[in-house]
Amino acid sequence: MLELRKVSFTADEDGTANEIIRDLDLTIEDNQFVVITGPNGGGKSTLAKLVAGIKQLTAGQILFNGEDITEKSITERARMGIGFAFQQPVRFKGLTVLDLLRIAAGKTLSVSEACRYLSEVGLCAKDYISREVNASLSGGELKRIEIATVLARDVQLALFDEPEAGIDLWSFNNLIRIFEKMREHEAGRTILVISHQERILNIADRIVVLADGKVVKQGSREEILPTLIGTDYAQTACEKII
Amino acid sequence: MKQMDEVQKRLIREVADLHDIPEGAYNFRANGESVGRQTTANIDITTKTERSGIDIRIKDGTKKESVHIPVVLSQSGLQETVYNDFYIGKDCDVLIVAGCGIDNCGNQDSRHDGVHRFFVGKGSHVRYVEKHYGSGDGAGRRILNPVTEVYMEEGSTMEMEMVQIKGVDSTERTTLAELAADAKLIVRERLMTHGQQTAGSVYKVSLNGDGASADVVSRSVARDTSFQKFDACIIGNAACTGHTECDSIIMDSGRILAVPSLEANNIDAALVHEAAIGKIAGEQLIKLMTLGLTEAEAEEQIINGFLK
Repeated sequence: MLELRKVSFTADEDGTANEIIRDLDLTIEDNQFVVITGPNGGGKSTLAKLVAGIKQLTAGQILFNGEDITEKSITERARMGIGFAFQQPVRFKGLTVLDLLRIAAGKTLSVSEACRYLSEVGLCAKDYISREVNASLSGGELKRIEIATVLARDVQLALFDEPEAGIDLWSFNNLIRIFEKMREHEAGRTILVISHQERILNIADRIVVLADGKVVKQGSREEILPTLIGTDYAQTACEKII
Repeated sequence: MKQMDEVQKRLIREVADLHDIPEGAYNFRANGESVGRQTTANIDITTKTERSGIDIRIKDGTKKESVHIPVVLSQSGLQETVYNDFYIGKDCDVLIVAGCGIDNCGNQDSRHDGVHRFFVGKGSHVRYVEKHYGSGDGAGRRILNPVTEVYMEEGSTMEMEMVQIKGVDSTERTTLAELAADAKLIVRERLMTHGQQTAGSVYKVSLNGDGASADVVSRSVARDTSFQKFDACIIGNAACTGHTECDSIIMDSGRILAVPSLEANNIDAALVHEAAIGKIAGEQLIKLMTLGLTEAEAEEQIINGFLK
């Protein structure tokens, strides 16, 4: 279980303090597929980064499985079972897809094991396994490899920061299928996705709406989604592209 | 073959990946003298008479054979210049592994300057691997100044892999190449310097025949207060293609000067150069930390991948 207690985060932007998350309380139960939506600038991505330890909160507390992780480093949180998929996947000169999957798995992964993770994200493994994770890969390919690294880690809590960002419509449709599949097959794992895509909201157990750094609405999909349809909080894929 | 001591054996392992006597032709040089040599029906190795060094002659049509010529220095203060000439016949396909390891535990500088000349015959393919390695904790410096000259006949290909990852205090590397029509030169240089080391690498590649091509790529890492200079010039004298790239990571107070240059003397010469220097991106470290690595482990993975 993930608990955020009275969490605040203030960013220093050119000498001006900008409060992005304000006194936020949120509990995410185990084995749920939770989507956090809300307007741009509402603090969604910041929240995911605070949970992963990439940003440090200015006040409050984060508990993971009852343990206070507020002061723990990115590495410690990762080792406790928190995974994070970046909105803009990072490129590495020289590191191959296999290298990255091996680092993620934390062990010597056989090529066939690595291939399994790539197949899960819809990539033909033999074409990608020895490719460098560099600029020669497209946005959609990088995004899938990013998701594969989270799958390879076998985490308890997987955070996905706007997985639909920066990819084309065709890749987006594939991406939705990956999440749907993950949703069906991944028991024992909590998935937290930052997104305002209607199709991702559509597969959520719970939806949290974040605006101005606060939770303004949360509940089951049945409860929340109808109130979001037609707003910026639940966009269709084509709206996103336009 | 004369017996080598443990230090020398370790150096041989580092520079030539050799754990035992290799198959094919070889010449081992330790502390200024030849300690072992083998020739084959197609590859002859003879000692030069006029100056220090060897001549390696490879017969026309020699395929799938290798030559190893590692050099090790374990005696502090030893300074030498060695001239090795490779005469590669027509239509050959061979692997040549050179390399120098210096272990200096004393207070005097140890230096090995290897001057290698390659005459690559028509249609031949040569893969050349050269590794440099230094060890020992003496105050004496470990110095290597290799000079490589490559003369390539029509349709020949030379792939050069030059690696210097550890322990050499000072290097001035000079590589000159002249390519005839349809000859192809591929260079992959990997370099890491640390402490107060300095390393210079100069390339001058002349593409003299139509269809000649060169691809010179250097990846390097400068740590601590070390300094590197990469100076690559490709000269297009015919309808040719040339590409040079220097990609570097700087860490701590490391410094790098990259001077790629191109000279086109023919209207159909197509030449490109690229150079990029920067520190490890913070987001790369963060990504690997979210996969469970510590910052130091993440740094090591990034450097290892970059220099692979």
